[in-house]
Amino acid sequence: MTATVPGPAVRSQAARVGSATATAAVDRRRRRRVVLLYAGLGIALVVAALVAGGSGQLSIPVNEILGSIAHRLGLDVGPLPSHPRGEYTLWNVRFSRIAMAVIVGGSLAVAGAAMQGVFGNPLAEPSVVGVSSGAAVAAAVAIVFGLRFAGDWSIPVCAFVGGLVTTLLVYALSRSDGRTEVVTLVLTGIAVNAVAGALLALLMFVGDTQARESIVFWQLGSLNGSRWSYVVVVAPLALVGVVVALACARSLDLLSLGERSARHLGVNVERLRVVLIVVVALLTAAAVSFCGIVAFVGLVVPHLVRMVTGPGHRVLLIASFLAGALVLICADTVARTFVAYTDLPLGMLTSLVGGPFFFWLLRRTRRTAGGWA
Amino acid sequence: MTANAPALLAQDVTLSFGRRPVLDAVDLEVRRREVLALVGPNGAGKSTLLSVLAGDLAPDRGEVLLEGRPLADWRLREMSRRRAVLTQEHKISFPFPTVDVVRMGRAPWRGLPEEDHDEQVVAEAMATADIDHLAGQPFGLLSGGEKGRTSFARVLAQRTGVLLLDEPTAALDIGHQETVLAHARTQAAAGAAVVVVLHDLSLAAAWSDRVALLHHGRVTAEGAPREVFTAPLLSLVYDHPIDVLAHPGTGELLVLPDRRSLMSREETA
Repeated sequence: MTATVPGPAVRSQAARVGSATATAAVDRRRRRRVVLLYAGLGIALVVAALVAGGSGQLSIPVNEILGSIAHRLGLDVGPLPSHPRGEYTLWNVRFSRIAMAVIVGGSLAVAGAAMQGVFGNPLAEPSVVGVSSGAAVAAAVAIVFGLRFAGDWSIPVCAFVGGLVTTLLVYALSRSDGRTEVVTLVLTGIAVNAVAGALLALLMFVGDTQARESIVFWQLGSLNGSRWSYVVVVAPLALVGVVVALACARSLDLLSLGERSARHLGVNVERLRVVLIVVVALLTAAAVSFCGIVAFVGLVVPHLVRMVTGPGHRVLLIASFLAGALVLICADTVARTFVAYTDLPLGMLTSLVGGPFFFWLLRRTRRTAGGWA
Repeated sequence: MTANAPALLAQDVTLSFGRRPVLDAVDLEVRRREVLALVGPNGAGKSTLLSVLAGDLAPDRGEVLLEGRPLADWRLREMSRRRAVLTQEHKISFPFPTVDVVRMGRAPWRGLPEEDHDEQVVAEAMATADIDHLAGQPFGLLSGGEKGRTSFARVLAQRTGVLLLDEPTAALDIGHQETVLAHARTQAAAGAAVVVVLHDLSLAAAWSDRVALLHHGRVTAEGAPREVFTAPLLSLVYDHPIDVLAHPGTGELLVLPDRRSLMSREETA
């Protein structure tokens, strides 16, 4: 501090102590909630992963799953899967699918939280505003025209570019005066989704039967056929996206004061915006590339987390990743076991739950904002 | 930093919004140990001038120097440790508790030795703004005045040598108006340079060392309140009959609208 900085406030010591204890109580309560949430989500994730690993057409008991993992780690404890195809199914079908669920769910939830922060609007979400469809269109182009310019990475690269272009477009169209109003955002989303839907339809029309099938599968969203080779491709995208988003967490907190005040507190708002738009596109691409459009995860998860831990972005982003992963593992397990011998579309399930939730949020936002502003 | 340079210096600042001129060749010096009040009628350019001083708006012509260096040469983070800005609007996108909003004022000091005093500085700022009891309340649910005081606390927590306050007394009750401005005085006495946009001319007369009277984007008059606040000048600038008198007890300057002409007109009607 320089010599010009003014001295301490003139106030009674008692008031200062009172404020300190009130503040300490707020912090204590919040810390307890955060610890409980992390612990709860961590345990739930492990349990959900074990249940998901064991259930399906070929049922594998938990002790055999644990035994199989132990053997892979070089520990000779517990039984191996008794079914002849058990080991193969576990490691080449189920675990890769669970890993994909973690990546997709976590990425979508973090993308949603980051998007809400940068738009200053709690209703922003990749599928609502059309970023997911934009990414899907670009990925569909790669499939229909058989683009292989980057090997296994071709589809994710296209999805990223599509997502980036759409995010920039939505951002430019829906903002005025540094904020996006709910109506503008939702209407922009409708327009973008409509155009993306038309382009997808066109691609289906020009594509051959196989391409057509792939596109339909995307619109529904599914983790079916998640192989390790796909996981290896999207994991780095998700990792980079999540790490960069976390690095921006504090600036996102300040941004909630509005762009002007954030600038006064030293945030380079323009740069933050660009970085986060790229992050959202990256995460959406990671989720969409192989699994299609899984809607509303980025909306529902951050909201539920905020209710528990408050809006601070550092905790919000971490907890959203964990909760998003958990939600998707559970949803996917339901999708593939609810009806025997059938893989229900995952995107359909999340929309079935997320749609009404979105509606409820919309009504609540209208009430608290005193209008559609 | 240059020791002799004024805290803030606006030179020949000119700015138009579209074809509407808002500021016209404004020169203004903001000195340390002084409260400077910007006054003037609606649309005179007070808030715009404050935005230019804060670096939010770049003028079409002229420039602003902070501690002798043009604003454009400052890094945002560095600047945020030198000057704090209280805006007129107090909004938030997410339901942060009040204490977290005040803590945001400490963001510029992250990673520096001053960070160690964060909690103490925040507690002091909250006590000064009288918002201790609101610590755990979500900022969005506070009343207008409470939001204003919370933002004021956030600005104080920033611990800067330059304070730019845009209508800090708006929506405050009379008691809190006095506390906020008294504290601005305390800051100035301790060495800070304070610029405050005010509508209440009696408040400006009571708490500022110097006033700048803006009219149509120009500084019409500048000086001690007693020199600037004269009935003929104010009546002209505000286009309304205004009386300036001394308080019978304390001799303080009171600026009041002269309602006699208005009332007699109504009586005759």
